[in-house]
Amino acid sequence: MRNSFVERVGLMREFHFVVTDPVGIHARPAGELVKYAKQFESKILVKKGDKSSDMKALLKLMGMGVRQGDEIEVTVEGADEADCAEKLEAYLKEKF
Amino acid sequence: MKEARGISVLNRIAIGRIHYYHPSKREVDESPAEDVEAELKGFEDARQKAIDEQNGLYEKALREAGEEEAAVFEVHAMMLEDDDLIGDINRYIREGKRAAYAVDMACKEQAQVFSEMDDSYMRERAADILDIGRSVIDIILGLKGSELQGAEASILMAEDLAPSETVKLKKELLLGFVTKEGSGNSHTAILARSMGIPALVQCGEVDPEWDGHLAIIDGYNGCLYLDPEEGQLAEFKARQAEEERKRKELDAYKGVESITKSGRRVQVYANIGSPKDLDAVLQNDAEGIGLFRSEFLYLNRDDYPDEETQYLAYREVLKALYPREVIIRTCDIGADKTVDYMGLDKEENPALGFRAIRISLSRRDFFKTQLRALLRASIYGRLGIMFPMIISLKELLSCKELLRECEEELRLKGAEISDSIEVGTMIETPAAVLIADELAEHCDFFSIGTNDLTQYTCAVDRQNAALDDFLDIHHPAVLKEIRMTVEAGHRHSCRVGICGELGADLSLIGQFIDWGVDELSVSPVKVLPIRKAICNHG
Repeated sequence: MRNSFVERVGLMREFHFVVTDPVGIHARPAGELVKYAKQFESKILVKKGDKSSDMKALLKLMGMGVRQGDEIEVTVEGADEADCAEKLEAYLKEKF
Repeated sequence: MKEARGISVLNRIAIGRIHYYHPSKREVDESPAEDVEAELKGFEDARQKAIDEQNGLYEKALREAGEEEAAVFEVHAMMLEDDDLIGDINRYIREGKRAAYAVDMACKEQAQVFSEMDDSYMRERAADILDIGRSVIDIILGLKGSELQGAEASILMAEDLAPSETVKLKKELLLGFVTKEGSGNSHTAILARSMGIPALVQCGEVDPEWDGHLAIIDGYNGCLYLDPEEGQLAEFKARQAEEERKRKELDAYKGVESITKSGRRVQVYANIGSPKDLDAVLQNDAEGIGLFRSEFLYLNRDDYPDEETQYLAYREVLKALYPREVIIRTCDIGADKTVDYMGLDKEENPALGFRAIRISLSRRDFFKTQLRALLRASIYGRLGIMFPMIISLKELLSCKELLRECEEELRLKGAEISDSIEVGTMIETPAAVLIADELAEHCDFFSIGTNDLTQYTCAVDRQNAALDDFLDIHHPAVLKEIRMTVEAGHRHSCRVGICGELGADLSLIGQFIDWGVDELSVSPVKVLPIRKAICNHG
């Protein structure tokens, strides 16, 4: 069910992720995700359709209403982008 | 004496003096700030304090109520760390608003965003944002309501209690509480239930004048008696003492296996109508759920529940009970339970009409939605799927065929499904009893629904009070049917349980044990009395 790929797009990293967790990105798991994202220096942008949010912003992220089956696009840009994209993708796969 | 009504949260009695709680009066000053820097600092200090407060509440809720109930406070603390929210508030302050007013505006805006979302779970988060907003404002303004509790144990009365207020309560000073607002499903009610506190919500008459008066909460009848008369007080005191004695006596049967003196094991399961009942199931130490009526998902709504809604409800119950078994009965709408959106025709004789499995087998998409939700939830626990109102082998086989179809479709899509799901049928018609041998060959379990079985066997409508004289709930024909079903089931290694009212009938339990009934599924509060009877049987 999960299709994802890490690719280089200019000077940033981008990957897609399909949420399989039945409750989607809800309050508490979203809080944990934000905490996890905050350890990286890079700017992390989450997009779903025409909505987008900084992954370090809890309320905005919750406000996107990401549900099971939704595909999100994650772009990572910054000094630790390679490391960040890789770890973040693994984290999402494990938790969502 | 005065009497008031409310919705009871717990079947228990509380007797004591009322302590009326006035929350702080929050009047947010909208005039411009004089010193922006001071307002910014005031907000930041209050925010840090509010975070500490929420973390403290989290710890307390974790200790007293459990992980699930505590989570809300952890989320509150995280929301208080949100950079956008902090940014909005600081911006308002820089524009000249006072800190409290800035917090109020920003939190209301964010709550508005949540309350407009499609997802009902997310909509409820609006209340969380408002709750944290209030706590920050109270700190900024140095507001304190009247003390939540007095020096002596009392019945707390208030307009409403936020979860953060409920969890602050000291249990040793709390006999019970009564609120004017709130619902039986609110966080506050759930907390009360898991903390074992008698409580009434939606008690319209609540009056600050009652502060200091003696009152009785009768949780069994959802009643509050203010200034009870002496006789009444004595009666309730005696009932409360008796209740306490019985509870202690039954508590001794928690964690005990239901085994007769001669060593026969009979499992005592619980019947539930929605995930709301889970607390009661766990508190009464049921060995499993023998009948989870899935109708609650269909009733009281405007349209069919989607697969996701069903899946989440099933998953919740399976997870909570694991490793114990959960038998979920597929939709039993029709007869006395109807919903408009299904567009069912009015019938002359609904009990013998288009209901239960007859609807499911006629409306296959509807049925398959439920089966898919069940299959997907199956990996979270030990699932049994039970079909209602079966009268022929053909029906049972059609159900099983559809189940197989759904399973294949889901597996193709990569879904995980448990490979140890059990399948069974309700035995609630004389036809099913007479072909029990054939049905048993294709079932892992039977569950005898004695209410319908009695009605169909004796041709007596149970809703018609005029027929009471003709209804013998211990009719020998029904008892004979139960025995025949047990014997037929056992000839084909099919377990047989009873989930109707007779299953909790203490005068029959000896017979049921002797006949070899494997499981009795009863309402959660009957689990311990039934276990006691089994353990004392020879």
